[in-house]
Amino acid sequence: MTFTSPGDVRERLSSVGYLPDDAIATTVYLAAALGKPLLVEGPAGVGKTELAKAVAEITRAGLVRLQCYEGLDEPRALYEWNYKKQLLRIQAAGDQDWNATHDDIFTEEFLLERPLLTAIRRADPTVLLIDETDKADVEVEGLLLEVLSDFQVTIPELGTITAVRRPFVVLTSNATRELSEALKRRCLYLHLDYPSPERERDIVRVRVPGIEDALAERLAQVVATLRALELKKAPSIAETIDWARTLLALGLDHLDADAINATLGVVLKHHSDQERARKELDGSSR
Amino acid sequence: MALLDRHIGFVAALREAGLPVSLAEGLDAVHALEAVDLGDRASLRAAYAATLVKRPAHREAFDLLFDLWFPAVMGSTEEARDRPAYGDPELARLRDELSGILLSGDDEALRAFARGAVGAYGRGNGGSGTWFSYQVLRILSADTLMAGLLNAVLAERGGLDEKVARRTFARRIARFEELVGQDVRRRIAEEGGLERVARANVRPPLEQVDFLRATRADLAALRREIHPLARRLATRLTVRNRHGRRGRLDFRRTVRTSLSTGGVPLTTHHRPRRPHKPELVVLCDASDSVSSFAHFTLLLTYALREQFAKVRAFAFIDGLDEVTRFFAPGADVVEAITRMTNEADIVWVSGHSDYGRAFAVFEERYGDAVTPKTSLLILGDARTNYQDPGLDTVRRLIGRARHAYWLNPEPARDWDSGDSAASVYAEVLPMHECRNLTQLAEFVETLA
Repeated sequence: MTFTSPGDVRERLSSVGYLPDDAIATTVYLAAALGKPLLVEGPAGVGKTELAKAVAEITRAGLVRLQCYEGLDEPRALYEWNYKKQLLRIQAAGDQDWNATHDDIFTEEFLLERPLLTAIRRADPTVLLIDETDKADVEVEGLLLEVLSDFQVTIPELGTITAVRRPFVVLTSNATRELSEALKRRCLYLHLDYPSPERERDIVRVRVPGIEDALAERLAQVVATLRALELKKAPSIAETIDWARTLLALGLDHLDADAINATLGVVLKHHSDQERARKELDGSSR
Repeated sequence: MALLDRHIGFVAALREAGLPVSLAEGLDAVHALEAVDLGDRASLRAAYAATLVKRPAHREAFDLLFDLWFPAVMGSTEEARDRPAYGDPELARLRDELSGILLSGDDEALRAFARGAVGAYGRGNGGSGTWFSYQVLRILSADTLMAGLLNAVLAERGGLDEKVARRTFARRIARFEELVGQDVRRRIAEEGGLERVARANVRPPLEQVDFLRATRADLAALRREIHPLARRLATRLTVRNRHGRRGRLDFRRTVRTSLSTGGVPLTTHHRPRRPHKPELVVLCDASDSVSSFAHFTLLLTYALREQFAKVRAFAFIDGLDEVTRFFAPGADVVEAITRMTNEADIVWVSGHSDYGRAFAVFEERYGDAVTPKTSLLILGDARTNYQDPGLDTVRRLIGRARHAYWLNPEPARDWDSGDSAASVYAEVLPMHECRNLTQLAEFVETLA
């Protein structure tokens, strides 16, 4: 999992359809070079998860994903013993000696690997994506700290398992809460924000094949204008792409006030936001 | 060695600007520097940002300091010139050039142009004093180029096209002004005041900007922060409520299930806990001096509407009116504020705050809004213009409410100066200092 330079990262990411800016390319390069986890924070729909997927693709690594949610705990993040199977084994053993049975049921066969352990044990190149870290409870952060600082896990019955090959770790967060200082300190930090109109135009062109350059440019500028309004929820890149696809599907090749009026629901999902956008964009046009 | 000194100085400056850069992070940065090409300034910036800046709010300060410590160019190659007279062909040429660059949107060219302009016209005092960005901006007055730029790209004015084009150019012009400021800071710093320039120019992060001192741009940015902040607070509050203790024992259910285990209550059942949702009555001073603060508090409480059983808002200056109707669900933020100021009947005679009268009117007309379930929230700077503070009325209202708080946007050290009756009110209800978004968010969290 090595890149030769930030430029190399940029080129290879572009080749799989992810257009990075300078900061993204350099930070990904550094994360790989220093072997540190990468924490990506930013609003929903700016391509945080996509980045991890793209990195996995260009390095031909397997992607192991841990989706965080409220109530996520150690058995579901790290590992768990397969109780049911163990129980069956004990019943099937009949009058076998207890010690033998005990040694039997705490082996690989009865271990259920969860994403964190899977990522550590994989011998092939791996990208570990810990998605929406902010949704998990604070205790999970403690667990992550332990795993991410040494890349090893201790299972009392089996001993300590150390990573054969350090995975490239990407954590994402929507910043619905502050992650702990300790976790941030151990990670490289990348704040992804809405892109500049120029970059967004390029993204639309790559992601929506068949769109005309003029329309892509126009779309990017209109979306940038929308983001400058005081909205409850600014449109994300994902929504811009959806918008482009909608326009293409409807056969609209020019984005005028009517086209916007008809399709605004694709990018703005609050009624008050739509009202506001109509008022601001329409203005003196008629 | 020079690079190391730069690094140490830079990290020290970041810490002084309030970024919590730990020793370990400093070391990480050094490792990162070894890995990137130091000649590439964008990579260098990204490397520092990735290792040292872990909060978006700190990014602005970081960029400013980075530009000072690692400037793109050094020294000044341009020759200082006199301020051109009005109608000077040189000036017209410069403005044409600038307008061409703005039209193309080429950032490098813009940067070079800004540098040249500052070199030529930035020195104050006839070319010998210190540097000023104001001077450069006034000579070029980039914002007056807008009409020409719009004409260049638009066939006809008006409508969506103009809106979009106007925004694009406004962004580029703002960028130009920023680049001029950046170059001026660099030049001042080079002439021997690196630390001084840094200290004078770093602004506090947005959450810590004083409401009462916020500029218009700050206010717009703050308004945009309200909904994300409300979402963060709401998440935290729901988590807190869920983790709370379980409710009272459900005796009936416990006994019923115990029958299946021979009358032994192996598991106990509890009633679901009723979520604590206070009713909120907000009384806010809407006079000019504190109106921005009142707006933010109202916006935040309304964005958090789900956390309260009911929210009623009243605004006063020397008259008082209910403003709840302007903040209907889904209502537009900016519009709600404008309508509140224009339509609500909150001025009686003078247009200066009169707390005593406002409280009296409130008690008389809306007294039944305050019940034993109510949390009463009063927002204002407690500056009574030397009139009757209406303390007895306040006392009666507090007596009827479940909780009462006063939020004061003035710094605590200014309380009781001049006509402020802060401590008079503070005797009857707790008064909290609430100067910025951080303090406001903290308070609202304890309230819900």
